[in-house]
Amino acid sequence: MDLVAVLEQFPREQTYLIEILLKYQSLKPTQHLNEDELKTVADHLDLPESHVYGVVSFYSFFSMSPRGRYIIQYCRDVPCHINDDFDVKASLEKQLGITTGQTSEDGMFTLEYSSCLGMCDQSPVIRVNDKVYPRVNEKKIKALIAECRSDCDD
Amino acid sequence: MIEKKMITKHIGKIDPHSIEDYIKSGGYKMLEKALGMKRLDIHDEFEKSYLRGRGGAGFPVAVKLMALAQETAKPKYIVCNADEGEPGNFKDRYLMENNPHQILEGMLIAAYATGAKKGYIYIRGEFEQSMKTMKKAICDARKHNLVGPNIKESPFDFDIEIRSGAGSYVCGEEFALLESIEGKSGRTRVKPPFPTSVGLFGKPTLINNVETFATFPVIIDMGGEAYANIGTPSSTGTKLISLSGNIRNKGVYEVPFGVPMRKIIEELGGGVGEGRKIQMIQLGGACGPVIPEYMLDMVIDYERFEEFESKTGAGAIIVIDDRYDMFDILKRVSEFFTHESCGKCTPCREGNLHMLKTLRKFVDKRASEKDLSLLETQARVMHQTSLCGLGQTAPTAVISTLHYFRFGYLNRIEESTPEVR
Amino acid sequence: MPKIKINNMEINAETNETILEAARAHNFNIPTLCHYPDLDIKSDCRICVVELTGQKGLVTSCSTPVKDGMEIKINSPRALNARKAITEMILANHDANCTACVRNMNCELQRLSESLGITKNRFENVLEEKATDESNPSIVRNTNRCIKCARCIDVCKKVQDISVLDFVGRGQEIEVSPAFNKQLADVFCTFCGQCSAVCPVGAIMEKDATEPVWDAIHNPDKEVLVQVAPAIRVSLGEDLGLPLGSVVTGKIVAALKMLGFNKVFDTNFTADLTIIEEGHELINRMGESGRLPLITSCCPGWIRYAEHEFPDLLDNISSCKSPQQMFGALAKSYYAKREAIDPKDIYVVSIMPCTAKKYEAQRPEMSLNGEDPDVDAVLTTRELAKMIKQMGIDFDNLREQKFDKPDEVTSGAAAIFGATGGVMEAALRSVKEILEGRPLEKLDFDKVRGYEGIRETEVTIKGEMLKVAVAHTLANARKIAEEIRAGTSPYAFVEVMACPGGCVGGGGQPYGTTSEKARERIHSIYQVDRLMKIRKSHDNAAVMNLYSNYLGEPSGDLAHELLHTGYTNRRDT
Repeated sequence: MDLVAVLEQFPREQTYLIEILLKYQSLKPTQHLNEDELKTVADHLDLPESHVYGVVSFYSFFSMSPRGRYIIQYCRDVPCHINDDFDVKASLEKQLGITTGQTSEDGMFTLEYSSCLGMCDQSPVIRVNDKVYPRVNEKKIKALIAECRSDCDD
Repeated sequence: MIEKKMITKHIGKIDPHSIEDYIKSGGYKMLEKALGMKRLDIHDEFEKSYLRGRGGAGFPVAVKLMALAQETAKPKYIVCNADEGEPGNFKDRYLMENNPHQILEGMLIAAYATGAKKGYIYIRGEFEQSMKTMKKAICDARKHNLVGPNIKESPFDFDIEIRSGAGSYVCGEEFALLESIEGKSGRTRVKPPFPTSVGLFGKPTLINNVETFATFPVIIDMGGEAYANIGTPSSTGTKLISLSGNIRNKGVYEVPFGVPMRKIIEELGGGVGEGRKIQMIQLGGACGPVIPEYMLDMVIDYERFEEFESKTGAGAIIVIDDRYDMFDILKRVSEFFTHESCGKCTPCREGNLHMLKTLRKFVDKRASEKDLSLLETQARVMHQTSLCGLGQTAPTAVISTLHYFRFGYLNRIEESTPEVR
Repeated sequence: MPKIKINNMEINAETNETILEAARAHNFNIPTLCHYPDLDIKSDCRICVVELTGQKGLVTSCSTPVKDGMEIKINSPRALNARKAITEMILANHDANCTACVRNMNCELQRLSESLGITKNRFENVLEEKATDESNPSIVRNTNRCIKCARCIDVCKKVQDISVLDFVGRGQEIEVSPAFNKQLADVFCTFCGQCSAVCPVGAIMEKDATEPVWDAIHNPDKEVLVQVAPAIRVSLGEDLGLPLGSVVTGKIVAALKMLGFNKVFDTNFTADLTIIEEGHELINRMGESGRLPLITSCCPGWIRYAEHEFPDLLDNISSCKSPQQMFGALAKSYYAKREAIDPKDIYVVSIMPCTAKKYEAQRPEMSLNGEDPDVDAVLTTRELAKMIKQMGIDFDNLREQKFDKPDEVTSGAAAIFGATGGVMEAALRSVKEILEGRPLEKLDFDKVRGYEGIRETEVTIKGEMLKVAVAHTLANARKIAEEIRAGTSPYAFVEVMACPGGCVGGGGQPYGTTSEKARERIHSIYQVDRLMKIRKSHDNAAVMNLYSNYLGEPSGDLAHELLHTGYTNRRDT
């Protein structure tokens, strides 16, 4: 879906800026926004470009550089950290072959950390794009990664 | 059993995706009752109930309700703060996923009592399941003429829109939340004025937490006086406790105020794992105090927590056993706040980073007495001068451990490399 | 009337006053940093915190209203310690190499730090150095000195309604920046310099011209001319220890001569010239049913703004150059010929209350020979004050001198160019008198004076009603321009000044300019006008001589070649 089509889904008001950007970004395989797109949004909503860029740079969900098809986030806050001594970060980095903040060379995965995902009773928790996966361990992570790869091949 | 399921009594018994289930269990009957009451009587019940906000600040709800009702500027808004981001808290997600309609019913009662016509629910962007459930609930409610124009054939109109967070914890702070709904960065505002006079889009607004709104139908049902008889005089009713960490039975438990924490941890939580001991407990969330095991006979009560110069927070209890280094825990808490600070005011923007750097020295055994003194200054200044709750409560963990675990700091300095000391 | 106590002293405060206002009204000093009159209260620096008896934590005095019974301690140990710690935190993330900074000895952060007695910093330096933005001829940004007070963001957003700057990022990584982290030259900045005027430190400042000017002055092969803008004579004194609004024209001339300029001229001369040209332009357009309204063109901030935002209205804008540029063109043609000097050996400097004038001087159209700019360097009021101090000149005790001929002949109409409404009034004095062919009964056009953002009036000329308007700040310029674009504008002539108050409130004026100060300066300017012998531009015999001896007819061929210019649509670039 192109940007104009997304813009037409919302009233032309500043209050919908974040909703518009979230919706459009999630539709792009590279899950990021570029300068031209932000200029179009700014123009459409009659907002200064500096404002729109400021908003994009403020919220963690947005990225100005291309990311993988699957953004994998792990929670590093205390409740998830103190469970079962399973080092989620180490496991993910090893299995994906990248460090936090990087995107895999094949453009499939970007690894990020997230602040608390609100599932502390089912820790440790990771998030892959929109979906949250509780009680992960080495095996579950391996299976998840494989599932992502096979979904992509389809 | 110390649990008292008043807010959560329907959970597990009804299908959260079915409005019919909710209605069959008595759902929306309290809205009907409220619509038949005089508005002043509704306010009276809330005043008698002494219900306090369940999001963390604990502000008396009746005061805000009345303030909004008295405002003449229009339109008025009801905003539900569902941006639960405090580490250790998951009770709002629990409510949204398992009983969305009770929250809507609460918002409707609030809207009717105050003359508001439009509501927003600001949900954590990461809570995909909650968003789905709440969206469906609003859709179904609309089909049943419970949301929209002429609700239940009365002249009362109220519509609700859902808005998504985009990865910013500070948007759980009420002013930052309003900024976010308005399509701006989540930076808090100068206060006063407060939201009940100048809120969303500059109009009078009531902002309350998910759990708070979920309590409204309960109060209309049993009456304010009966509600106030539960709990303690300063903290009436029940509280949803999010129990997590090194505990056998993690989860959400509804208990009346006044229950000692030890009971919650042992009876409901099942205690810590085999061969382990409780080292410390963080209360409320990352913004809350860290206390030692011997304090566990303390009760959950807003007044008691004032003594810590902090709030009960949103009611989280994070149990940390003796496997973990206190300073690593404190460092993680500090990393969280450093990452989430909006950057607007100096003490929080700069202070968080300085505190983090100092804490890293304690983690790495490179700390000196000067660092201890510096940490105290950093924490106190942030606590006393920050513009919003984030900066004010970010140092609470450090401040409380400086009090209750001072020996830990002194020991770490002893263990640090002699050159640094 | 709330009764409060400040430092144990009982005070009668006003209802709805803030603690800061109440304190200041009773001569209590509470230090502030992000606070600035005319701008919104931000309460984000947290320096102005005070302690209230019976309340935990500290409150910011700038944002907290007084309440009956409040007891305020300004310098309790807790408040003082907090203020110190916060200032140290700011310094720990600041390029504190003061001697290399343009704000040395005139910096709000230095003053604050000194007043708090800070000599050592408890906090380690955390500054991550970034490159400065020196991309354009007018403004330099150095984010290593930024204290994130947001005054610049505020003035650009609220006063100018342009929003070039905003916060980028979050938390410690926050930065003040144009969109996409671009440089100012690559975004729609008008170079009005209001940001540099309100910055408390050396994070945004004008691009330095003092170095090249010193070089030219010390170059024996150069004939260095300097012109002084109308607003300078009521403003420069403040930066040199004189009271607000002091008229220091003669002392400025004397100082400039001491600095080593070969000739000191008055831009007011070419301001009169501008009125003749623009007046005729208006008369022509009115006659031939040309494009109306005519909009003034002497403000380069407005020109750049219009080129970006309203390129469809460029034909409405007068083709006249500004007085600064008319002077430059004449210096390198008429003056060069008259004095038999090669124009390449003439170095023209202008003293302006403005940062955008530095950009204007560099515009490619502002060059007669297509290579060298007609105006070689522009110094702001602040820069000139600096040079005067560098030379150790005792400004107040200078004996007044006159401008060099022929510029010593100027009118009051030219003098009022520095005030919002001044150009309009100057033009009306001439246009009305010329068209009606008889002396004006009343010289003062009061309705175009004042400080409201948009002022309008009706002038009857030869029985015909002419509606005119004056706007200052670009936010107000936008309103008028949008009306013109929509075809609903009732005006025949519009004056636009980008800066609040007109040039007296310019981006290059002394630090601490507020609307209150601008009003004082405006008051002085109208006094200067009242005391002048010649009050209308067309009565300036020296200007009229210039036409008869050199230029020919107003709006004629040579006048057009030297004194008129064109504009560029920058919207789609």
